[in-house]
Amino acid sequence: MEKKIFAHKDLLGIEGLSVADLELILDTAVSFKEISQRSIKKVPTLRGKTIINLFYEPSTRTRTSFEIAAKRLSADAINISAATSSVKKGETLADTVRNLQAMAPDIIVVRHACVGAPHLIASRIGARVVNAGDGANEHPSQCLLDLLTIREHKGRLADLRVAIIGDLAHSRVARSNMRAFAMLGIRTRVCAPPTMLPREMGVFPGVEVCRTPEEALREADVVMMLRIQLERQDDVLFPSLNEYARRYGLNRQRLALARDDAIVMHPGPMNRGVEITSEVADGSRSVIMDQVENGVAVRMAILYLLGGQAE
Amino acid sequence: MNRMLLKGGRVIDPLNSRDEVLDLLLADGKVAELGPALQLDPAAGRTIDVAGCWVTPGWIDMHTHLREPGQEYKETILSGAEAAAAGGFTGIACMANTKPVNDSAAVTGFIVEQASRAPVNVYPIGAVTVGLQGRRLAPMGEMAAAGAVAFSEDGRTVADTALYRRALEYAGSLDRIIICHCQDNYLFGQGVVHEGEIAAAFGFAGIPSLAEEVDIARCLLLAEYLELPVHIAHVSTRGAVALIAAARERGVRVSAEVTPHHLFLDHRAVVDLYYREDVEYARRSQLARFNTNSKMSPPLREPADVAALRAALAAGVIEVVASDHAPHEQTEKEVEYQYAPFGVIGLETTLPLMLRLVGEGLLTPAALVERMSVAPARLLSLRGKGSLAPGMDADLTVIDPEVDWVIEAAAFRSKSRNTPFDGWRVKGRTRLTIVGGRVVFAA
Ligand SMILES: [Zn+2]
Repeated sequence: MEKKIFAHKDLLGIEGLSVADLELILDTAVSFKEISQRSIKKVPTLRGKTIINLFYEPSTRTRTSFEIAAKRLSADAINISAATSSVKKGETLADTVRNLQAMAPDIIVVRHACVGAPHLIASRIGARVVNAGDGANEHPSQCLLDLLTIREHKGRLADLRVAIIGDLAHSRVARSNMRAFAMLGIRTRVCAPPTMLPREMGVFPGVEVCRTPEEALREADVVMMLRIQLERQDDVLFPSLNEYARRYGLNRQRLALARDDAIVMHPGPMNRGVEITSEVADGSRSVIMDQVENGVAVRMAILYLLGGQAE
Repeated sequence: MNRMLLKGGRVIDPLNSRDEVLDLLLADGKVAELGPALQLDPAAGRTIDVAGCWVTPGWIDMHTHLREPGQEYKETILSGAEAAAAGGFTGIACMANTKPVNDSAAVTGFIVEQASRAPVNVYPIGAVTVGLQGRRLAPMGEMAAAGAVAFSEDGRTVADTALYRRALEYAGSLDRIIICHCQDNYLFGQGVVHEGEIAAAFGFAGIPSLAEEVDIARCLLLAEYLELPVHIAHVSTRGAVALIAAARERGVRVSAEVTPHHLFLDHRAVVDLYYREDVEYARRSQLARFNTNSKMSPPLREPADVAALRAALAAGVIEVVASDHAPHEQTEKEVEYQYAPFGVIGLETTLPLMLRLVGEGLLTPAALVERMSVAPARLLSLRGKGSLAPGMDADLTVIDPEVDWVIEAAAFRSKSRNTPFDGWRVKGRTRLTIVGGRVVFAA
């Protein structure tokens, strides 16, 4: 494999990366995809390396994806979840980091409900840190797998139109994607209930805020639906799931406003019948399963670029 | 030794319209005499050469948290008072949110007792309601008799407006002000940083300016209706400044304070503690991004807010600078940003920062002394303070305005280190802090 250097200690977010960094990760992922299609899906690239998946929030999907990626690269993967660790006994993040240090990990993959938790860990440990989602801030591996999926289906990234619909205020997926799209020259339209839209959307250059999902969907090449967190109903951010589905959900009629060849994406897990109908989620335009598959390849690329290049 | 002569200092005493080089004689804990070429027999007392220094009435920080009783690992009355002395303060008022809360004469008395061994004057502020619970009035009369100089629920607001009204009326009968920490609890919600571009970009739950302004408007309406004074703590938004200025204009008896951190930092510090390009950093020892020493309540706001606060301070719309010294142990602050407690310390950094405002031309030296000494003494009705007229208390802050130094949190007298200003190159330092005619700090 051709060796290009990923000149960052950690992957904490899309912020701080260059277009060249994004392309390097995507190109590396493409080469790893081929491994996933072999009958023996394993390469020795990270043999002897220890990767810790430190998950403070339950996320079977992302954790499993990182775990498979680590195993396909022959790394030793250890899962630590908040439920089984001492986190709930009042141990601070700094304590946890000190304990992890004793395991001499090479890479730590962190999911945390708080913005900046991976940054805090990265500042206190020599191991490389991958942000697998911090609060509503960033989820760079999800963004990269989205980019890979889009590139595969559209053959390019530049000059596309993407519609993002859903809870933008609380979405780390949306933040990472809006950052990446701005860097790549993708035209982004977003739509959310005003209660789920940050007050200062101007911080995301090139993002156009639409009043209705119809407006956002028009002429879109890519439709990205965000998961509605059901507990947000208690925060009075929307009156009911039914009303949300009716006003903002993606159904066949709405999808018809997008381009004929538009693809439909969702970071999962889906609330079928709320932000997306089953008909659309399972329909011919849906690339949701491709996203899952690309997730493993992208995470292999990330782990490889962070951990496999030292030699 | 009960006499002391300060020779050759620039005496800045705005209450007496004085700003000139004079010698100043202290005797028996009082200001005795001012004049050119005073002499003191060495046998009668000490003469200290303070040529090149500013001699001002003692600075008073009317908003600190000393954590005693209850959280002595963060700060004690003694350690806080020592920090104050080093920072040039001769008096500090301490908020009621201790454990137990200062909501009774017993706790007030305990603070006064502890303070009797402290190097500076410590003025307890009593709680407005029992346990800061916002339900029943605390015994303000008894606390006042025990030494409480004002009342405040600082850290929270009194959400029940009818109760707030009764509290203001009752405090009015005691000639004590109520210091209002203004935040609408619903709008504040679970907010972490100012609701603005930084919150939007990084996904933080926001604390809107509106949360502060709605509550300030309510306090101002109460003050207007009752024709009683209110003091607004730590003003942080341009909208709040406008509300206060307008109320003042129509005769409302409102006073207000601002903190040094709201005058020197905006919310960009959340993502880069070292964002200020016009500051010389001797060291960048702290985490730059998501450093919890940028987390306080009210939060750091926007550049336009900082500009408005500075203008209001210069114009006297805001008449006091108070540090809101809020000590937290390092391990409490070195956690996830969202989980970190609000607050930073300020007793040992306020003086050089305020001198920087003079250097920037925002305040004259006289205006500075107004904000740091005269106004807090007046608002808290501290007799004998805020003036250097003969007969006044010999509480003085002597400042060397020229010395360059670096703020070093590690060297603080405070038990805590949570400051966003560590490593700043500053100019001007406490030379002497004199309380009751006694030198309690000398550099
Ligand atoms: Zn307060």
